[in-house]
Amino acid sequence: MADNIIEIKNVHKWFGRIHALNDVNLNVRRGEVVVIIGPSGSGKSTLLRCINHLETVNSGHILVDGVDLTAKTTDINAVRAEIGMVFQQFNLFPHLSVLENICLAQRVVRKRDQAAAEKKAYELLERVGIPEKAHAFPGQLSGGQQQRVAIARALAMDPKIMLFDEPTSALDPEMIKEVLDVMLDLAQTGMTMACVTHEMGFARAAARRIIFMDAGQVIEDTTPHDLFASPKNERTRQFLSKILAH
Amino acid sequence: MTVRPDSARSPSFSGMGVGGFQPKALSRWRRLDHMWLLLIGAIALVALLYFGLPQRFGPIFRFIWGTFTEGDGVFMTLKLTVISFIFILLVGMVMGVFRVTSNPVLQWISSLYVEIVRGVPVLVWLLWIYFGLPGLLQLKIPDFTAAVIAFTFAYGAYMTEIFRAGIQSIAKGQMEAARSLGMSYIQAMRYIILPQAVRVILPPVSNEFVTLLKDSSLVSILGLADLTRRGREWVGRTFTSFDTYAAVAITYLILTLFFTRLSTAVERRLAVEKR
Repeated sequence: MADNIIEIKNVHKWFGRIHALNDVNLNVRRGEVVVIIGPSGSGKSTLLRCINHLETVNSGHILVDGVDLTAKTTDINAVRAEIGMVFQQFNLFPHLSVLENICLAQRVVRKRDQAAAEKKAYELLERVGIPEKAHAFPGQLSGGQQQRVAIARALAMDPKIMLFDEPTSALDPEMIKEVLDVMLDLAQTGMTMACVTHEMGFARAAARRIIFMDAGQVIEDTTPHDLFASPKNERTRQFLSKILAH
Repeated sequence: MTVRPDSARSPSFSGMGVGGFQPKALSRWRRLDHMWLLLIGAIALVALLYFGLPQRFGPIFRFIWGTFTEGDGVFMTLKLTVISFIFILLVGMVMGVFRVTSNPVLQWISSLYVEIVRGVPVLVWLLWIYFGLPGLLQLKIPDFTAAVIAFTFAYGAYMTEIFRAGIQSIAKGQMEAARSLGMSYIQAMRYIILPQAVRVILPPVSNEFVTLLKDSSLVSILGLADLTRRGREWVGRTFTSFDTYAAVAITYLILTLFFTRLSTAVERRLAVEKR
């Protein structure tokens, strides 16, 4: 039990009359890389956003590292500091330089001094391969570079979990690889990752588990190899035939 | 201007709601020149009247402008405008944030304030606070204080709407990104949302400043010795209405043109900084 860093129990989420999450149960173990796929509107992004409480669940429980997000006494800011999130639209802070994007939360949330924060920022920029962009502004970077800064910004908090919400969907094709390489590298270092993505190459290379969601439910929870080779569910087969056909 | 070639290729993304500075940069330079010329022209006109017709205009300008030590005339107008504006910005920022919070009580307070204040003319607020409130509270409110309170109250409502619009113009993803890093709502507002919102609202905010500068002339009915009041007093003594009010008008014009130029310069600076 202690090995489950994320525990999702009987979670329901409604958006008005839409049942976005329908009795979802899911555990993620420490160090596991989980890829979540499914058609648009299947609830995969919603599930990810519930894990760091950007969406609140209507019923059920989500435990992150043993802390129940739905409990009233939970300090949600403290929990979020341990969970890195990478968005489809990058969401870098356009009024701050790349360096400041990475340093700000280190200073105001982690209470590190500027020198320590900058040291960390430079290390991470090195790791994501764009140390020369430290003093650039987000508007001067390509999409792929921006997303790599966004990953560095999240990693600067030393999170225990990284969530990726379609990190390559807003990128031009030639920039997808540079972001996936960073994610792959991260997966190999033992980071716990939950990724909503349609990059099946990444799923095969990095993920031990793949989850197929449809209509707010987890339909399959298996290994990438088994999912692609022998999908058990008809809906999974249909979905895979559409995305793997071309 | 640091217009870098690589920034032109950068894709637009939701966080760039503040954008759109680049293409305007050049045309703004041209506009700037025209407007500076207008300001210089207005100053030249005053110099021409003051030195060219010293007997006719010299005493008028000297009287209506007032002196720094007395704090009257132009100095009263500026003091009143600047002090009121500081309070207006504070009220606008706090109420504007109230308006966009998820707390229904704070939202309601802010909406009620805006709706009530907007529906009553500034002049009526001024009269009521200066002449009406002291009777109710059984204490005398000094005229300058009354004027600052009235302007803060009345203009604060417009400023609330400006801040609200500015905050709402910042993409939702910015707040989510800040919160996902563990920042509190207040930290996210302070470090992420408001700094971006301020850039967006700078033009309407400086517009409010200029409007306030002009509306400050309303205090002349309270007996505060501002620029307009000084003009009326001079007319009362000399019956030179045309000359005096012309002098008052051109003085206001110089002030407003100057502050408009100033805000444009600040706007450009912020735009450059962002790049």
